[in-house]
Amino acid sequence: MRGGQINLQDIIARSATTVPSPQVRDGGIDPVTKLIDVSRCIGCKACQVACSEWNDLRDDVGECVGVYDNPLDLTPDSFQVMRFNEYENEQGNLEWLIRKDNCMHCAEPGCLEACPAPGAIVQYANGIVDFNSEHCIGCGYCVAGCPFDIPRISKKDSKAYKCTLCSDRVFHGLEPACVKSCPTGSIMFGTKEDMLDLAETRTNFLKSRGYENAGIYDPEGVGGTHVVYVLQHADKPEIYNDLPKDPRISPMVDAWKGVTKPLMSAAVGLAALTGFFHYVTAGPKEISAEDEEAVRADESSEEERQ
Amino acid sequence: MTLRVTRRQFFKLGAAGMATSSMAMMGFAPEPTVASIRHFKLTGAKITRSNCTYCSVGCGVLIYSRGDAAINNIDDIYHIEGDPDHPVSRGSLCPKGSGLLDYIRSESRLRYPMVREPGSDEWQRITWDDALSRIARHMKDDRDANFVTENQAGHTVNHWTTTGFLAASASSNETAYLTHKMVRSLGMVAFDNQARV
Repeated sequence: MRGGQINLQDIIARSATTVPSPQVRDGGIDPVTKLIDVSRCIGCKACQVACSEWNDLRDDVGECVGVYDNPLDLTPDSFQVMRFNEYENEQGNLEWLIRKDNCMHCAEPGCLEACPAPGAIVQYANGIVDFNSEHCIGCGYCVAGCPFDIPRISKKDSKAYKCTLCSDRVFHGLEPACVKSCPTGSIMFGTKEDMLDLAETRTNFLKSRGYENAGIYDPEGVGGTHVVYVLQHADKPEIYNDLPKDPRISPMVDAWKGVTKPLMSAAVGLAALTGFFHYVTAGPKEISAEDEEAVRADESSEEERQ
Repeated sequence: MTLRVTRRQFFKLGAAGMATSSMAMMGFAPEPTVASIRHFKLTGAKITRSNCTYCSVGCGVLIYSRGDAAINNIDDIYHIEGDPDHPVSRGSLCPKGSGLLDYIRSESRLRYPMVREPGSDEWQRITWDDALSRIARHMKDDRDANFVTENQAGHTVNHWTTTGFLAASASSNETAYLTHKMVRSLGMVAFDNQARV
């Protein structure tokens, strides 16, 4: 089973929450994966259109700037964008490398770790990392926390948006909209196990066709991802529009969330506790009769003025 | 009534607020978090099988509409995606097919027959009956005037070269057969298909 019904108990992690989520009944849910085979992509952008259609997004019509990338970058209204790269290989031949850029759905999501709003970012047992816009406070920490630079803050409502891996479709047993539309089978969907099998078959095929460094992009630095690429040149992911070679969550996020925040919380708690004990042992602040008189006089004169 | 807040009450309120926000910061959020999944938008939709209108590949599409076709209700198409049972496309679509919804909803979409009279620069709306009658009239007149039974060498040709016919792309075998029969039985030679336009 790769999805399950909409179920609060399928949540395995939520942002800024120390209380663990109920997760006993997440048994039998297989992690899902979207496999993007860059070598089969023709750059038709059917996935982009299907994404906008399903998610009821209509981005502004842009302007041509001389490249095929349209829109030029991800926006709050464009959850994915095809990135076209012209690469000259060792033989001096041009290779047109087209990478579908969208949320990678990391197993250890930097956005979720960085998010300070309780429950604004959740991770489901099947691996999908989803933004719960209702709880989003628009601070933009997720943008800083993401090693792939994916989330975008909307100017309309100051909330963060990104690809949901069509969580609404997946939870009803359907594949994401982009996967369904793809006319070349470049985007596939299934359990992570099945997708890694398929990716290996494709990698072996590419190797037999002369792409010696063909490989799978499922980076360890973020615990693996639920969006996996097959790359012709897996040794040089940076040629695919700066796909990071070894993506990691920024050390600043770790320092803030791992060390600073608990320390600060403890300091605030300690201050409150000190105040309480001071009240119990020393009692309330005593005010002399003259001070009391002065305050009363002050307040009554204020009343008169009004 | 104006709310009177003394300095002391103000400090108390401030302290209470501070305590609450500190509690929230430390993870004791009073607000429960709920699942973020959008409501599944295809629930209760009427599904209609159709063909993509664009090219000759004729991919299968599923048209999702709201409404039960009751007498006082006008149904509304709100989503289109590929038909997995269609032998040609098996559920996939190209970018044009994936965006069919906006094609249907386009303001510049032709919704009824229109005519631009000779010499005029304006399109006028006409009824389907008028349109079909006019086309039939024009065809008949042109065919009567220009039908050729024999060529210069005296061979029987029975053709009509002054009028052409443009057929749709998303035709089934049956409609394609009927279209072809009709066109050829009139002796029409120039016959093309939207698929190649």
